[in-house]
Amino acid sequence: MYAQVVKSEGSKTRDEMTPEELAFQDRIDRGEKIEPKEWMPEGYRKTLIRQIGQHAHSEIVGQLPEGNWITRAPTLERKAILLAKVQDEAGHGLYLYSAAETLGVSRDELMELLHAGKMKYSSIFNYPTLTWADMGAVGWLVDGAAIMNQVPLQRTSYGPYSRAMIRICKEESFHQRQGYAIMMKMAQGTPAQKRMAQDALNRLWYPSLMMFGPSDKDSVHSAQSMAWKIKMNTNDELRQKFVDQTVPQAEYLGLTVPDPDLKWNEEKGGYDFSEPDWSEFYDVLAGNGPCNKDRLGARVKAWEDGAWFRDALVVHAEKAAARRAVAAE
Amino acid sequence: MSKEWPLWEVFIRGQHGLNHRHVGSLHAPDAEMAILNARDVYTRRNEGVSIWVVPSAQITASSPSEKGPLFEPSNSKVYRHPTFFDIPDEVGHM
Amino acid sequence: MPSLPDMNTPEVAELARMQGAHAHPPVPAPDAGEQALFECLLRIGDSTLVLGHRVSEWCGHSPALEEDIALANVALDLIGQTQNWLALAAEVEGQDRSADDLAYLRDAWDFRNLLLVERPNGDFGHTLMRQFLFDAWHHEFLKGAAASTDPRVAEIAAKAAKEVAYHLERTSDLIVRLGDGTAESHRRMAAAVEALWSYTGEMFLADAKDAEIAARGILPDPASLREPWLATVGAVFAEATLALPDSAFAHKGGKQGIHTEHLGYILAEMQFLQRAYPGASW
Repeated sequence: MYAQVVKSEGSKTRDEMTPEELAFQDRIDRGEKIEPKEWMPEGYRKTLIRQIGQHAHSEIVGQLPEGNWITRAPTLERKAILLAKVQDEAGHGLYLYSAAETLGVSRDELMELLHAGKMKYSSIFNYPTLTWADMGAVGWLVDGAAIMNQVPLQRTSYGPYSRAMIRICKEESFHQRQGYAIMMKMAQGTPAQKRMAQDALNRLWYPSLMMFGPSDKDSVHSAQSMAWKIKMNTNDELRQKFVDQTVPQAEYLGLTVPDPDLKWNEEKGGYDFSEPDWSEFYDVLAGNGPCNKDRLGARVKAWEDGAWFRDALVVHAEKAAARRAVAAE
Repeated sequence: MSKEWPLWEVFIRGQHGLNHRHVGSLHAPDAEMAILNARDVYTRRNEGVSIWVVPSAQITASSPSEKGPLFEPSNSKVYRHPTFFDIPDEVGHM
Repeated sequence: MPSLPDMNTPEVAELARMQGAHAHPPVPAPDAGEQALFECLLRIGDSTLVLGHRVSEWCGHSPALEEDIALANVALDLIGQTQNWLALAAEVEGQDRSADDLAYLRDAWDFRNLLLVERPNGDFGHTLMRQFLFDAWHHEFLKGAAASTDPRVAEIAAKAAKEVAYHLERTSDLIVRLGDGTAESHRRMAAAVEALWSYTGEMFLADAKDAEIAARGILPDPASLREPWLATVGAVFAEATLALPDSAFAHKGGKQGIHTEHLGYILAEMQFLQRAYPGASW
């Protein structure tokens, strides 16, 4: 997902927990929200910073592959819709950074960690957007996969994170639909447009499946995060749900999912499908995806080029405050 | 790292709302810019008619361990709620 | 670096227009009275289109998330205004073209935007200065246009005026802060004034078409906007500790279709899909 491989701290059995930790776990089990000033295990706090930070970074790095096409959008309306969507992503990044900040880390610190390569963002944004159909496929598949994870996260145990997710889900409702609308237009368009649509699905299908992260059946980290309700479903559950939802949508478009082994399994009531190439996934995470250097480079450049601007506004605010103080004397 | 823009809490009163509601946070160098930023960040969908901003550092929150003493006393004052009083239907709406 | 000649050469413009006319199938000519209105609507619609495009280039690259979001709002407003202005232009032209046809299927010589808006973004201060100089004019222009004798123009202008009042509020504020910020920000803003000032004069130059449309009370007389514009800019610059240049030199030609080299690249990018896949619906 937008937070794919989040190392979780902690993992204790009830016997190993201190009385405080037990009381904390009981609150979570009762469905209570944990709020910023309240006591929480250090592991919970650290894991959340990592996860929310990764999620926030994904939103702002995620602006880039779609931002790539704003100046080339084919109609004025498409341009406006795409711009509004990418703008929403900046907003979502902002909400999530704010949620992380309630845990005692500043946004600038998180940015510096991202720029230094010490924090990750979703692997999906290291893939290029090569044609206009990718704007459709990103909305349809990437936002579709993200929503699958974000809807349950509205019920996450940490209050500020939960509230950010509620706001994000509300705003994102149009994102996937606008993507699918582009795909419909392409799939019903000229032969070249249809080819473009199929090509986008071919390239983005497996990277979308990777968004849910590797199978976490045996992962201790996942178990702890699920106990803390900062992870609501296993990666495999969400991936299955995504495939089951998406395959009929592809069929409606008249497009072929690039998986020869894809078939309906009556018994489990879902599709059997091929795993993505996990070695590619780890390569991308390690910095060797097609766009890692471009994406991070663009973020670092924006940050560094903007330093004088941010600094100047701070200095002006201080000057203005000093002037007001003198005037008030 | 140079000095970070401070964090602000944003409260917005919507078209039909009576009260300002907390909608989220943002960064801005001072209060005036925080208002402008809040307009751009939190009213993208026509949500608001009035904006308040408060430096996050100025917010004092109730401590959760005091939850009992702070809120429980009011639980017993049920007469503060209109449903406490039975008014016969014949009297009509009140 | 100075770009293409900015001089006003009517013959070239006329030649260009005739050349451009060959690209389209023969269609009935619009009535002569509306030709001036069509041109003047392109002047505003193309200006908001090109500026909206330029501003949208920042999306994902701004110095702070709050600025990224704010700039996208400005770009969205400008694109929305473009849709309205160009749709009206197409209606006035009466040749069965849409706003998208006008935006995506004309070459640079048929564009009528101000040269100012096609200037490259430069640093963030340069972008904000370009925006401010335009906003201060745009605001006055729309106030005048909102009182248009043509109700279609008045309606578009009244809606846009509300949006642009906010654009101007925001850029005025930022110009003051950056002009009166650090030594570096002051230097950058002063450099932006220096680089952009000679592109502001065009906003107030009227040709025969402007004069005709102003005389009919449809759009304000460009020259009448200079004084209020200068008052706004002067007040903001004074607070920003920026000097008002005394040069009166003005690059011109954009309103007649003689552009800088930059517009061609903007259009190559903007129109790519429509040109590469003619007739496709998106």
